[in-house]
Amino acid sequence: MDDAVTKIEASTVKPPVTSVGVLGWARANLFNSWFNSILTLLTLLLLWKIIPPFVNWAFIDSLWYSNSAECRDIEGACWSIIPANLRFMLFGFYPYDQQWRPLLAIILLIGLLFYSRNRAHWKTSLLYGWLIGLVVMGLLMKGGIPGLKPVESTQWGGLPLTLLLSVFGLAAAYPLGVVLALGRQSQMPAIKSICIIYIEMIRGVPLITLLFMSSIVFPLFLPEGMTVNPILRAQVAIIMFTAAYIAEVVRGGLQGMSTGQTEAAESMGLNYYQTMRLVILPQALKIVIPPTVSQLISALKDTSLVVIIALYDILKTTQSTLSNPEWMAYSSEAYLFVALIYFACCFFMSSYSRRLEEELDTGL
Amino acid sequence: MNEKTAAADKSQLSDDAIIEITGMHKWFGEFHVLQDINLVVQKKERIVICGPSGSGKSTLIRCINRLEEHQRGSIVVDGIALTNDIKNIEKIRADVGMVFQHFNLFPHLTIVENLTLGPIWVRKIPKKEAEEIAMYYLEKVQIAEQAQKFPGQLSGGQQQRVAIARSLCMAPKVMLFDEPTSALDPEMIKEVLDVMIDLAREGMTMLVVTHEMGFAKSVAHRVLFMDYGQIVEQNTPEEFFDNPKHDRTKLFLSQILH
Repeated sequence: MDDAVTKIEASTVKPPVTSVGVLGWARANLFNSWFNSILTLLTLLLLWKIIPPFVNWAFIDSLWYSNSAECRDIEGACWSIIPANLRFMLFGFYPYDQQWRPLLAIILLIGLLFYSRNRAHWKTSLLYGWLIGLVVMGLLMKGGIPGLKPVESTQWGGLPLTLLLSVFGLAAAYPLGVVLALGRQSQMPAIKSICIIYIEMIRGVPLITLLFMSSIVFPLFLPEGMTVNPILRAQVAIIMFTAAYIAEVVRGGLQGMSTGQTEAAESMGLNYYQTMRLVILPQALKIVIPPTVSQLISALKDTSLVVIIALYDILKTTQSTLSNPEWMAYSSEAYLFVALIYFACCFFMSSYSRRLEEELDTGL
Repeated sequence: MNEKTAAADKSQLSDDAIIEITGMHKWFGEFHVLQDINLVVQKKERIVICGPSGSGKSTLIRCINRLEEHQRGSIVVDGIALTNDIKNIEKIRADVGMVFQHFNLFPHLTIVENLTLGPIWVRKIPKKEAEEIAMYYLEKVQIAEQAQKFPGQLSGGQQQRVAIARSLCMAPKVMLFDEPTSALDPEMIKEVLDVMIDLAREGMTMLVVTHEMGFAKSVAHRVLFMDYGQIVEQNTPEEFFDNPKHDRTKLFLSQILH
């Protein structure tokens, strides 16, 4: 009886005002020591020096739709460079009157990606959806069927090229990486050494080297008159490169698994493939989601290196826009725009990976 | 413990071997972990293996489903000799259930998925039917209401009972228990032993590595004492505990029975 009374009284006592609300939070986090107080003040000063001028430049003194001549008279940002050159930045040398085709392909791709976000949709029908989607995207880009004029892949560029290289690069590198990681753990010496040699060789050279080799060295070995599409060559180089890194990340996950899991699976008669597919990989891959996504994000950004083998991805098309004397002065605006596109893609991946981690968390 | 039930069916043994181990040796590198093991297990026989740690008792039962490979001698399980032939090994493993000290449930699968994995993929039983079997055994170990939870949400005793049910779903001919209660909190040991006693009552062939001497006394047909990789002494539980022959057995018993 006595206990109950004291409990009720205790819960009605409020914490002191200084420890709750905005004030309490600021005290606890920003001004809890003289050192932190100084840091807070310095940071505020820095923000005061940076943010208002930036807002001025970007939003107040800026022009959004104008020609380049008008831009010369203003202090602020000339965002007009983007609408004025948008179609070239996004689609490169793709024939102007056909640019609805890559646009449609991109929309289809983004739609499929968003639909695939939900794990409840992961069924066999979704796999068919992707297969059909990929064929449609390919047809849209390449044409050659009645009603669609053929467009050579040498004319592909801009955002479709970046997305093509990244999405296919990541989608192919991931399973290849998993296979390599399993191979490196294999009991069979031949498979094991092939995987180790592959991984260590690829990790030993920069991606730029691989891209140069794919565009300059590799064609030397082809018989006269035979060529391989440069986009395909770059794509293969990116896949090979990313897979080696993914393999090492996945290996970390595999080594983190206790042997008890393998033993439990094997002791009920599951064979090697079943053990890996049903028991080990689902757990190991889950553990390594964070580093895997880091690898995939870095691979996505690395696709911009294809400029060095004269492919016009979105970064290169933007640069080309800037070589036009009319717009030369507005590189900050153009690069900010491209940065925003890259950021959107990377942010999508990292936020999705966080969500996936939460969904797959089973409390152990 | 349930002494009368186990005592009642201790006479039922037929002369029909299910495991035959002859002249078996195993080394870990230079270390001779199992030395000249000879052991015949009859159908429905229940054997408790005890001995100090490092004596090779776990290794011995792990050789029976080839989680460990033996280097010399022969092991025949249910008429199939254990060799490097992976198909034979998988066949034997499907028929030999194993329960581990640390349960080794699959943490990414729900309890019922843990139980249906083997039946679906190894026995090729349709999912629906496998789930019915799973629920039957979960009922049996009194844990059916947890079927949709994940292993991480269960207590140690519950996890071990799930692990036993998981083995039973494969309809094994032999069950191997590798220190099934050693990792449990004291208050959970009984619930696991009770399940094992039920199993004994139904006539399951069991090899149990354990330090639970009460369990050995009431359930086992035979107690094996191992030390330094050898089977030092084997006898009925009555003889083994009341009248140990070997000095090492006496020492061991004096140490564990206080």
